[in-house]
Amino acid sequence: MERVLNVIISGVGGQGILTASELLSKVAMESGLDAKKSEVHGMSQRGGSVVSHVRLGPKVYSPLVEKGSCDLILSFEKSEALRWIHYLKKDGARVIINDLEIVPITVSMKLDVYPQDIESIIRGKVNADVIIVPATDLAKKAGDPRTANTVLLGALSNYLPFSEDSWQKVISESVKKETVDANLRAFKLGRDYKKT
Amino acid sequence: MPVRDLMSGNEAVARGAWEAGVKVATAYPGTPSTEILENIAKYKEIYAEWSTNEKVAFEVAMGAAIAGARSITSMKHVGLNVAADPLFTSSYTGINAGFVVVTCDDPGMHSSQNEQDNRRYAKFAKLPLIEPSDSQEAKDFLKEAFSISEMFDTPVLFRMTTRLSHSKSVVELGDREEAEIKEYVKNFKKYVILPANARVRHYVVEERLKKLQEFSCSTKLNRIEKGSHALGIVTSGISYQYAREVFPDATYLKLGMSYPFPVDLFKKFSEMVDRIIVIEENEPFIEEEIKILGFSVEGKKYIPLCDELSPEVVRKGVLGEELPHPEPIKSVMRPPVFCAGCPHTGIFYNLWRLKATVTGDIGCYTLGALPPYESIDTTICMGAGITNAFGFELARGKEFSKKVFGVIGDSTFLHTGIPGLIDVVYNKGVTKIIILDNRITAMTGHQDHPGTGKTAKGEPTRAIKIEEIVRACGIQKVYEVDPHDLRGTREVLKEVMELDEPAVIISKRPCALLPEERKIQSLRPKRKVNADICRGEKCLGCVKLGCPAISIKDGKAFISELLCVGCDLCIQVCPFGAIS
Repeated sequence: MERVLNVIISGVGGQGILTASELLSKVAMESGLDAKKSEVHGMSQRGGSVVSHVRLGPKVYSPLVEKGSCDLILSFEKSEALRWIHYLKKDGARVIINDLEIVPITVSMKLDVYPQDIESIIRGKVNADVIIVPATDLAKKAGDPRTANTVLLGALSNYLPFSEDSWQKVISESVKKETVDANLRAFKLGRDYKKT
Repeated sequence: MPVRDLMSGNEAVARGAWEAGVKVATAYPGTPSTEILENIAKYKEIYAEWSTNEKVAFEVAMGAAIAGARSITSMKHVGLNVAADPLFTSSYTGINAGFVVVTCDDPGMHSSQNEQDNRRYAKFAKLPLIEPSDSQEAKDFLKEAFSISEMFDTPVLFRMTTRLSHSKSVVELGDREEAEIKEYVKNFKKYVILPANARVRHYVVEERLKKLQEFSCSTKLNRIEKGSHALGIVTSGISYQYAREVFPDATYLKLGMSYPFPVDLFKKFSEMVDRIIVIEENEPFIEEEIKILGFSVEGKKYIPLCDELSPEVVRKGVLGEELPHPEPIKSVMRPPVFCAGCPHTGIFYNLWRLKATVTGDIGCYTLGALPPYESIDTTICMGAGITNAFGFELARGKEFSKKVFGVIGDSTFLHTGIPGLIDVVYNKGVTKIIILDNRITAMTGHQDHPGTGKTAKGEPTRAIKIEEIVRACGIQKVYEVDPHDLRGTREVLKEVMELDEPAVIISKRPCALLPEERKIQSLRPKRKVNADICRGEKCLGCVKLGCPAISIKDGKAFISELLCVGCDLCIQVCPFGAIS
């Protein structure tokens, strides 16, 4: 890998975004690369938007992805993908989106509306490859609905230069013992999803 | 090969403290500093405590340093305001064993009430200032800070920022070097800061600053990174990393010890480059130091004073351009909300219904200021929930004050709430206070406090009873309510409003995210809406609770099975009995 790869992982507080970005950074580190990731703790965890920036490469300086340089957005929730679209590079970027809508209270209170047909909005405005992953369904198939974040990492792994072995190793070492099998199944289902 | 680990800046500071042989560590939780003490507490070689507040934390650690043990105290930027009194005097007394004060500033105010740049404290208190720029430096520089502290007999201010504290990067680990307890010698002229002694010590401080300035030119913490002569960049902390992304070819003066300013090193650097730009977050701290020397440099002309920096802010500021990127697309507003089953929900729902004036404090409950409650009028700092309420009473009279409530959390009450409550009683106020006792310091991620019965190390200890303190402050009307009993709570609020004396309501229910609470929740049935009875959008009664599990779907109320914790608040508020 010659240049730095920029990934943004977004979603809603409580979805396991920080765990996912931690696993991704560890896989890069295990593969001998430099890695930095950045996110903010505190107020944003209370059901608000959460975003984690991950940068991987031979030498990384900034822990933040620069606007216009993001190679890949992995979003755990549909509307949260929209929020970071302007960070993508102009051409050749990719957006992987969990097929899940979490409706915020602002919509129930009619202070705002939930955006419709997000996939088309993105395709219309950005020259990027958009992939929708039914992560909740696949996670249930894997045996534990809480492994949706691992499904999404599996989908992401297809576009990163790391071996399946290194992913499996890091996942096995990082998640709770009793959930290792379900997480490995979830990872595989996510990784194979695109191919079917 | 050395062991490498992916560590946050805060984890790296904790590791650095362990490697430096630290014996005593103190802190009060505050984002973004909290994880420093949390991680230090895991090392069995280090005594670690959650102190009652930052002033207490500072003085306990300072006392330990004077008595001979390497000590560290950590806090968020506004916490150092609370500890500012001992900070200034510690500069005069000096220390014995190494003493490092970690301040975690919050540029961008991700979780803070202001954007103060605590580098100013170093100059104000005449202390050396260390600024790491990633996790590896956070660990290595912390060890160096202890050497400097002992070498110059001074506390050292160690400045982190949110992006350092909460970013993770690769760190090469080292071993612990045991620092023996230093001999303690009674020294009246040094440690008893009577005016006669302080006058002498001030000269010592000024002499020390001169020596520190020489040292800052030779320390490895400050370095010149040679690049093109066309552009020279002076920078420190996280700003260095952003500058490196935007200007890979420039020559750098990278400051790890930015105060006292390394004058001679800067002069050498200035001869190597044609143009100098200072890239720093928030205040023009370094820029001013250079301009005082009579050099012409640019800095805040390009780099904004407000908000945090990022590579794009640096690029736009200096070069006036951005990388090409897609136009932003509007997404939905998703403000943080109270968690499902949060005890605060019950209080703020009632305060909203009563249309009360509420002076707030610092904690999760600040969210009571946002929709749907919008019931908090002021949020200033720790402790001000009580004292601001008394101020309202003084300005607007006792009749208006009937509908004024000061709210404050349990940890916050113990932190700085007590003197305010005594003030109300002593000065014959009738102020009404609600202590939101959720049995934990919640917003910073569940730290124990003197009321929980557990120490930072997880050991059992004597739990301080808030009710006993309230009574000891002179309050005679003390009530206890369960905030999830909406009607019962409202009745107490109404009763208290009519009292012609000060009163405290202790709202008692554990944070819904505590493990024991989660166990209870998992045994309860999830709540369901009967769509035939629900009036949905015409009513919105349950939506006004602000529970994240409740939304409107196809015109009717809908409760998410994933988020519902089985409390019965929605059942209590539904006027049509549609929820079971």
